[in-house]
This record gives sequence, C-alpha cells and structure tokens, in this order.
Amino acid sequence: MLAMFFWAFVIGGLICVIGQLLMDIGKLTPGHTLSLLVVVGAVLDGLGLYEPLVDFAGAGATIPITSFGNSLVHGALQEAQRHGIVGVLTGMFEVTSSGISAAIVFGFIGALIFKPKG
Amino acid sequence: MGNKQNKVTPEQQKYQQLQKKHELKRPVLKNCIKAFLVGGLICLIGQAVSYFYIYYFNFTEQTSGNPTVATMVFFSMLLTGFGVYDHIAQFAGAGSAVPVTGFGNAIISAAIEHRTEGFVLGVGGNMFKLAGSVILFGVFSAFVVALIKTLLVMWGVL
Repeated sequence: MLAMFFWAFVIGGLICVIGQLLMDIGKLTPGHTLSLLVVVGAVLDGLGLYEPLVDFAGAGATIPITSFGNSLVHGALQEAQRHGIVGVLTGMFEVTSSGISAAIVFGFIGALIFKPKG
Repeated sequence: MGNKQNKVTPEQQKYQQLQKKHELKRPVLKNCIKAFLVGGLICLIGQAVSYFYIYYFNFTEQTSGNPTVATMVFFSMLLTGFGVYDHIAQFAGAGSAVPVTGFGNAIISAAIEHRTEGFVLGVGGNMFKLAGSVILFGVFSAFVVALIKTLLVMWGVL
C-alpha cells in the first residue's frame, strides 16, 4: 500500500512536469497544454498503454487530466464491443461521467454559495 | 517566418533583438520541481481518497477512479470558492492545472465569476468557457481513437 502512495506521487508529479515543460519550453498556453494532454491520454488508451499505468500508479494516473481522455476511449470501446460501431458514440461518457457531472454540479453549487472576489 | 522578417525595417530588427535580450528567462527547472511536488501531492491525496472508497464502499482498484475524481472536484470547489486555489496555482503552475482539480477549478471559477450576469446567461453560458476546449478535444480524439480501434477489430486486424 505504501508503494502505491509512492508511485502515485511520482507518476502524478511526472505528468505535471510534462505539462510544465510544454508550457515553459513549448510556450503553450495552459489551455493548449491541457487539450494536448487529454488527446495524449486518449491515444495511449487506444494503444492499450494507459490501463497498465493505472494498475501501477493508481491515482497518479487517474487524477491527471490525461485520464479524462483515457476513460472517454474506454467507455466508447466497452460499448462498441456490445453494440458495434454505434457504441463508439453512445458509450463515450459511460465511464467519464463522474468527472464532468461532478464539475457541473459543484460548479453550480459553488456559484450559489460563493461571491466573486475583486 | 522568412517572409515576415523581410518586411521589418532595420530599426524594428534591432528592437526585436533588444527585446529578446531582455526577455525574462523562465526558471524552467524550478517550475518543474514545484509542479512535480504539488502535482504529486494532489495525486497522493487522490490515492488516499481512493483507498477510502475501496475500504468503505466496496469499490475496486479499477472502479475507484470515478468517485475519487468527483471528490477531488469537490475539494477543488471549496478551495476555489475560498480563493485558495489561485494561490496554489500561482505557485505550482502545471502542478495544479494538470490534475483533475485544475479542470474543476476552471469550471467553478468561471461559474462563480459570471454569476453577476445571472444564472442562465452568466453561470450557464460561461461555465465551460475555459474547460470547453478540454472536453471538445477529449471527446473528439476519443471518438477518432475508438472508431479506428473498433474498425480494426471488426476487420480482424487486431
């Protein structure tokens, strides 16, 4: 269990370093960096490489935004196995839903509770 | 690029060189260390949250990712609302932007910022202003990747 914490820290930190390098050396805006990382996550899952990373690093792989692309592809492929090509479209949000729904729900609650500063 | 340089006058060229010389060098190594520490720490907290779900709510290692992400977004709402996340982001750069908490922060801060314009047009219309690109490129690339893989499986290549 301690090893899991260690690898979550290291892998999660390394993914953030990649993002930082894209911003500092690649001179990308944060928006471009995040979009690129999501695409990378989707491609990695397509190649079957992201799942082993999740098994290895746990939250170190599921918390960075790359996992968003990974779980989108995952949902689409799962549904595609059951329903063929139509499933690619219908299954897309099956696995990811929690991230987006949580962001929408908590975003709205946040807007109800908190007042803008400045 | 070559075309562009032909058009500038010598004075402009001199100015550009001067500008380059005085441009602030980004402390890349320092930024990376900060990003590594803060990003790693957020993932460490995420790991603790996912163990919490595994032990008390019977999730498995594979399925615990979903409730963990939702919980992290909830933390991100509190930190954003109290104005703490901005300070973390200033310190950590990509370390706080790349984890899903940064995604939550983008949505939640946009929602809070625009509430003065009303809940429908302000909050509803601007919530995805920053995070929309992540969703768009995530969904579209996932669609392409999954489509290619499904077709390859159907044709018996994989």
